[in-house]
Amino acid sequence: MITFKLNGKTVQGEEGQYVLQVAEKYGVEIPTLCHHKALEPAGMCRICTVEMFDGRKSKFVTACNYPIWEGMEINTDTEAVHAGRKLIVEMLFARCPEVPLLQKLAKQYGIETPRFKLEHDTCILCGLCARMCEKMGNSAISLTGRGVDMKVDTPFHLQSDVCMACAACVSVCPTGHISLEKLNTEISKRGGKPIASEYERGLKGRKPAYVPYAQAVPNNPVIDRETCIHFKTGGCQVCTSFCGVDAIDHTMQDEVVELSVGAIVLAPGFKPFDPSKFDNYGYVNHPNVMSSIEFERILAASGPTSGHLVRLSDHKEPKKIAWFQCVGSRDMNKCDNAYCSSVCCMYAIKEAVIAKEHSHNPLECTIFYMDMRTHGKDFEKAYNDAKNKHGIRFVRSRVHTIDPVPGSADDLSVRYATDSGEIMTEEFDMVILSVGLETPPELIELSKTLDIDLTPGNFCKTSSFAPVSTSRPGIFVCGAFQGPRDIPQSVVDASAAASAAGEILSPARGTLTKTREAAPQVNVIGERPRIGVFVCHCGINIGGVVNVPAVRDYAASLPYVEYVADNLYSCSQDTQDTMTQIIRDKKLNRVIVAACTPKTHEPLFQETLLNAGLNKYLFEFVNIRNHDSWVHRNNPELATEKAKDLVRMAISKVALMTPLAEAELTIAQSAMVLGGGISGMAAALSLAGQGYETHLVERDDRLGGQALNLYRTAVGENVPEKLKEMVATVEASPLITVHLNSELTQVDGFVGSFTSVLSGEGEPKTLSHGVTVIATGAFPLVPNEYGYGISPKVLTSLELDRRFLAGDPELSKLNSAVFIQCVGSREPQRPYCSRVCCTHSIDNALCLKERNPDMNIYILYRDIRTYGEREYLYKEAREKGIIFIRYDVDHKPVVNVDGDGLTVTVTDPILGRPVEITADLLTLATAIVPPKDEALAQFFKIPLNDDGFFVEKHAKLGPSEFATDGVFLCGLAHYPKPIDEAVAQGKAAASRATTLLAQKTINTSGQVAETDPAQCSACGVCVSICPYSAPSFIDANARMFAGKAQINPVLCKGCGLCVASCRSGAIHLKGFDNDQIFAQIFELNEAV
Amino acid sequence: MSDWEPKIVSFFCNWCTYGAADLAGVSRFEHPANTRVIRVPCSGRISPKFILSAFMNGADGVWVSGCHPGDCHYIEGNYYARRKFALFKNLIEYMGIEPGRLHFSWISSAESTKYVQVITDVINAVKALGPNQQFVKNKAKVA
Repeated sequence: MITFKLNGKTVQGEEGQYVLQVAEKYGVEIPTLCHHKALEPAGMCRICTVEMFDGRKSKFVTACNYPIWEGMEINTDTEAVHAGRKLIVEMLFARCPEVPLLQKLAKQYGIETPRFKLEHDTCILCGLCARMCEKMGNSAISLTGRGVDMKVDTPFHLQSDVCMACAACVSVCPTGHISLEKLNTEISKRGGKPIASEYERGLKGRKPAYVPYAQAVPNNPVIDRETCIHFKTGGCQVCTSFCGVDAIDHTMQDEVVELSVGAIVLAPGFKPFDPSKFDNYGYVNHPNVMSSIEFERILAASGPTSGHLVRLSDHKEPKKIAWFQCVGSRDMNKCDNAYCSSVCCMYAIKEAVIAKEHSHNPLECTIFYMDMRTHGKDFEKAYNDAKNKHGIRFVRSRVHTIDPVPGSADDLSVRYATDSGEIMTEEFDMVILSVGLETPPELIELSKTLDIDLTPGNFCKTSSFAPVSTSRPGIFVCGAFQGPRDIPQSVVDASAAASAAGEILSPARGTLTKTREAAPQVNVIGERPRIGVFVCHCGINIGGVVNVPAVRDYAASLPYVEYVADNLYSCSQDTQDTMTQIIRDKKLNRVIVAACTPKTHEPLFQETLLNAGLNKYLFEFVNIRNHDSWVHRNNPELATEKAKDLVRMAISKVALMTPLAEAELTIAQSAMVLGGGISGMAAALSLAGQGYETHLVERDDRLGGQALNLYRTAVGENVPEKLKEMVATVEASPLITVHLNSELTQVDGFVGSFTSVLSGEGEPKTLSHGVTVIATGAFPLVPNEYGYGISPKVLTSLELDRRFLAGDPELSKLNSAVFIQCVGSREPQRPYCSRVCCTHSIDNALCLKERNPDMNIYILYRDIRTYGEREYLYKEAREKGIIFIRYDVDHKPVVNVDGDGLTVTVTDPILGRPVEITADLLTLATAIVPPKDEALAQFFKIPLNDDGFFVEKHAKLGPSEFATDGVFLCGLAHYPKPIDEAVAQGKAAASRATTLLAQKTINTSGQVAETDPAQCSACGVCVSICPYSAPSFIDANARMFAGKAQINPVLCKGCGLCVASCRSGAIHLKGFDNDQIFAQIFELNEAV
Repeated sequence: MSDWEPKIVSFFCNWCTYGAADLAGVSRFEHPANTRVIRVPCSGRISPKFILSAFMNGADGVWVSGCHPGDCHYIEGNYYARRKFALFKNLIEYMGIEPGRLHFSWISSAESTKYVQVITDVINAVKALGPNQQFVKNKAKVA
């Protein structure tokens, strides 16, 4: 250790260190242009000049390459030093007057015009590029020539083939002298270009060491072996000089890890269709023709344009954008994807709406489509809003070609035919291609390796009654590999696949887990607060801006603070161990960590408290990195002041913290499934398959639900047969108790311990169960239009199915059959799409065609919504001569019943005139209507939407569960869906329920609200506003505090809404209580 | 007076705006250092009393920010907050505090750019009003 004086203060450095390194450690700033941490110092720019006193005389030395020695004195801030630096800057500025960096420096040193002759160069000859190139292991460039002829160049001034165009020189050049252009035209024979970021779809570059995307788990950087120079030359390794914890090891090898598993879940996803093969759209050549996935990045705040809506060719804000639907979907002409990709209509609508929101100018959005397929929950509403509220134009037309507008490099001309056959030409600023979902070739290879069957569209083959099972037992599938699908459906399938795997693995559950020993908790109640404050440098992330020692010392001066320390990395394992020891040794009873952000590191430090035997709630996190050092880099003093304020506020808060208890809750190991339809049975089977006792409650006298009315599935499976098998399996399961003819009349309790009363035949039964699955289904609409109930020839879809089931011979004798779609759906009184009816009608039409190929069949529709591979049925139907006639909701078909005769009149949009069809059979594709069971909603405190369907926890990420803990959802009660999706959701609900059941006991958060009944005025505000129904009134006959409010800590999520709304101040939110927040506020007074 | 920098108390909900502020850090979006964040679980947790207390204790501005309507982690806490503060803003104006000192916003955890925009706007608005003189316990000692 060498001790010397730096600006009068005694400092210490290691033998062999240079002045600059020690100064940096002590937070003394010395300017430099040519220094780089990973390179040997060269002393080229001279700006780091400092004054060195050796005991006898002073001299100027360059701090970057002057080694430290015992007893020397360094001054970085004297007048002489400044005068010296000023002269150097003046000379550099004279050499390179156009370089912004030097302009800025000159301004700092008060130089307006240099006294020397201006040279208009851009290179300051710092040699950083050449030294970096050498470090890369290439030495393609160096400083050549002597004296005034010195410059950075390649040997013989020839474009080098040694240069690998890694652009390290470009990245380190302080003046911008070496640009990418110079690299490509003067230095390298190879073209250097930014490495395309895969996540940003190539719209942005990335580094060879990179975090793939912000949400990556784990969120650690990786090194791309393909582009990292070290793996090409053995040089570089610059990254290791910057990593403060020596985490980088370039010698690591890929490993083959063999795992022994009992089940495999495939979730490999899809690849967006590559539209470059469509030359008619000019995607490859025109920057303003983008794929929808690229456009997502343009809209993203973290994307290449930071969320500013601009087109790529000229960075102008577009005024008109068009979306083309079905690019790479429903297309057998230009590509082989006959299926519908299911998600593109909805995402195009979303993108159009967001684009309008992002645009500063009025933006015209037009979506060119074939059929608008918004068959998901609340999607039709989004479609209507897009049309009516957001003014997005929908044009039913498939555009053939995009041409550049003559004379303009940026605008695009689109030629299309309108509904009436008119050819229109319209100009757009941007065109977005709504690309479909595709299985990439490597997945097709994988499926061969795994020996699983694929569908004609190259998706994984499954069956309706086992929707997540592949053709090979033990291998399950979810997500877009199972078929094109959106997020909610993928989440449902993911849960279902987990459940399917869990069923075959349940005997092994818990056999590989270890239980950790918990340290006994020290009782600190009643003790005076003894606060420990740990301030983190986070390498240089915090320490480089905030004066960490100053914050630490400031904290030490505050009340109740017993111990302070600063750590280089508080989160490292050894620091954690040290902290544990300190908490014990110093008998700390409150802990503060001032570091990165509680969002990522709070649990880690709470763990440290637990290890030290402290209650984990005796902790407060101070965010001095994300909220401070990272955003106030140029204001170290203010950043330090802010850190002090925040630490002071936290100290005042943590002093008021008390140990909190987490309620432990036993989960009764049984389930009740309400509804014995397909999804209810699927849920019950899955729960029983995982070893849980299950009560299946059905209000009818038999199991099966609406599936009892169905004839066959869209892929031709015989429903009655499969249903019979399913019912038999349910009845044979020893763990499932079926309660037929039963209705739920009363529910008490909450997650883990529900008590439900069933009434039906005989005495009411009481069930105790830990979880509940709602699978109460929905009903077909009974129509009151189109002659239904007047003519016996008018049926609903399900009635036609029943005729098929009965094998009605009359069906083969019909001459003409008509189907009318959207009966009661997509209308003002029922604005949602019933999802299944298009497929159902087309399949029924095909059934009729099988019986009588000469039968004339007409399907009158608004949009055909045969999503996914159901599209094949639509194609087959057209091939077999079934006629599709579109109508719009304002001109619905007219049905005329005249005695025995039945005619349907509809206006054909192509002919533009009414067509009269004589029908022997008219089938109405009626809506699926939920029962709107408000009593049930009340029992479990679960919400219903306007349409009467239950509202799940999260539309995308929690489709099979409720916000109310312990209650799960599946089947038609959630939204209309075909059998495969109902089975999948049944399994998914069981899967979500299992995550609770398997824990046997759960600990709820300690940060919950609590009432003080003595203060409570029993106004009921908390009871009425709590979204989780945690508050309730104490029983009116209770001995104490009758009628006052109490809060069930198990149901409380700790949001504090009731606390802020309580008129009497009777509610306290533990961990965020009023006195704690006020304490933080009061500390401000001092701050001002 | 020209060096005067306002001190602004920000109440952020843990799930959205606190996350946006974090992301602004991750994205290294530089912004002025006038705010002091108090983290709360939900904007619904914030009582008008906190805001009054902040003004009493010398804050020049108060900024409350939560999740976008419909995005509340606790389902609907922010709706209650929205209603509460729509009224409260009128009240403080009646009390003589300039409404420009009190700001509400909805910023999701992905909107770091919006966060920086809003924080800049809030600070500028409060700066334009000068030190808070109303309702302060120990009146600011501004020359």
